[in-house]
Amino acid sequence: MKKIINSPGDVVPEMIDGLVRAYPQYVERIPGTEAVVRSNKSSMDGKVGIVSGGGSGHEPAHPGFVGKGMLSAAVAGQVFTSPTPDQIYEAIKAVNTGRGVFLVIKNYSGDVMNFDMASDMAELDDIPVKSIIVDDDIAVENSLYTQGRRGVAGTVLMHKLVGAAADQGASLEEIEELANKALPHISTIAVALSAATVPEVGKPGFELADDEIEYGVGIHSEPGYRREKIKTSHELAEELVSKIDRELKLDATHRYAILVNGMGATPLMEQYVFSHDLLDELATRKIKPAFMKVGNYMTSIDMAGISLTIFDLIDEKWLDYLNYPVETIAW
Amino acid sequence: MITAEIVDKWMKLFYSKISEQKAYLSELDTPIGDGDHGNNMMRGMQGVEDSLDKLSNPDLKTILKTVAMALISKVGGAAGPLYGTAFLEMAKNCEKTQAPAELFKLALEGIKKRGGATTGDKTMIDVWAPAVAALETDSLSVEKIEAAAAGTKDLVAKKGRASYLGERSVGHLDPGAVSSQYLFESFIEAGGIE
Ligand SMILES: Nc1ncnc2c1ncn2[C@@H]1O[C@H](COP(=O)(O)OP(=O)(O)OP(=O)(O)O)[C@@H](O)[C@H]1O
Ligand SMILES: [Mg+2]
Repeated sequence: MKKIINSPGDVVPEMIDGLVRAYPQYVERIPGTEAVVRSNKSSMDGKVGIVSGGGSGHEPAHPGFVGKGMLSAAVAGQVFTSPTPDQIYEAIKAVNTGRGVFLVIKNYSGDVMNFDMASDMAELDDIPVKSIIVDDDIAVENSLYTQGRRGVAGTVLMHKLVGAAADQGASLEEIEELANKALPHISTIAVALSAATVPEVGKPGFELADDEIEYGVGIHSEPGYRREKIKTSHELAEELVSKIDRELKLDATHRYAILVNGMGATPLMEQYVFSHDLLDELATRKIKPAFMKVGNYMTSIDMAGISLTIFDLIDEKWLDYLNYPVETIAW
Repeated sequence: MITAEIVDKWMKLFYSKISEQKAYLSELDTPIGDGDHGNNMMRGMQGVEDSLDKLSNPDLKTILKTVAMALISKVGGAAGPLYGTAFLEMAKNCEKTQAPAELFKLALEGIKKRGGATTGDKTMIDVWAPAVAALETDSLSVEKIEAAAAGTKDLVAKKGRASYLGERSVGHLDPGAVSSQYLFESFIEAGGIE
């Protein structure tokens, strides 16, 4: 393992320190926690607070999306491990200005339970809390009998949506309704070229041969749905779009937002090449995105690969929310 | 009957088992999870150890609650809220009863409620449920607990990270079931069922 760190056990606190010291205009640490909150406190006045978070290793998610117009606070757990309820609870308290707090949770059993316990704690303090559990990864079949689908890069679009609505004064109930309405229209699928190495583990989460790729890998190296020999960017675009098409039933009369997300070790050069092929692939289906982002938004430490998120903008307002200005490190 | 002295001994024994088996637990978590269960439990038990050091002559409720809060605030992951909830339920109810069968039963109900899993889902519940049943008939033994943990090998995971693998989770022990095995073994060694 070769990493620019001091000691594997100190990565999370030192990363948070670096982040808040580099960007004091956007974020500060909530004392005694690994959570960050907006520096611009007055931007939260009279607004519903938006809190997200999860295991570390997905940077810039989630602290990079804290700021006016997006998240109010983000809680960082150990690498790939959910944060604890006491820290989430501190974040909830820090952003509550009387209109309640909305939690954006990725669908992992650890995250769901820890955020649940934190909302129980907040409710004892009479802070109204509502939440959405994001499960945009279509690699796994949805089933009542499993944990269900995982939350991945589409979560960032959810942050953007609810953050914009909150900044425009939406109530807790309205934000919940918005999140519930948008969720089924956000689908993500990934392809991995190599696995991530968790600092405390010291070796990659799985092995892929030099000429092998795996479709559907999760952001914590969860297994995907198929392994193959490496393909061209053009063929990858075809595979990922057709997988999402089966889910969202792409329709030339709809408007779509696209997020091409690098997993950590894939250069922007390759992400732009893929974007070119993706846009060609969409064009064959007569689709021209109404909104597009390319870059590292929800990474998996040093995994090589990309994910594609397509968001069907069935509501007029959603595009406005995506375009709404924010003051964050990373949107 | 569970007493504060037993809980103190129990936690010291559990701490040393977790320290010895930290790497093994994370290894079990690698093929069917994310390889962090041993690290998570170690962080939690270090927290328990540190908080218990600060108590002097605690009563049963205080010590159970201290264990619960340390686990909740240190473990993270799925195991933190589950183990934390278990101890919190015991703390909440230990003034009414100190019988292991009753307290562990309430703890198990807390785990089921928190995680929505049930017997046969290949989780820690597959050790907790038979352990509680055995406590109710005064027949808890190390052999029974070991057998329960070993039994998770043949199950298909339906909850937690391992459920992403579906059928491919068969053939692997559930890491949370194995750490729960250590928990019950430590309880017996601490004199909990004497
Ligand atoms: N819903 C559940 N109910 C009961 N036990 C569960 C549930 N989900 C997971 N577990 C138990 O937790 C163990 C895994 O704990 P671990 O500390 O590795 O958390 P994790 O799943 O990796 O969390 P995270 O995803 O946040 O990293 C499993 O082996 C299983 O016994
Ligand atoms: Mg784990």
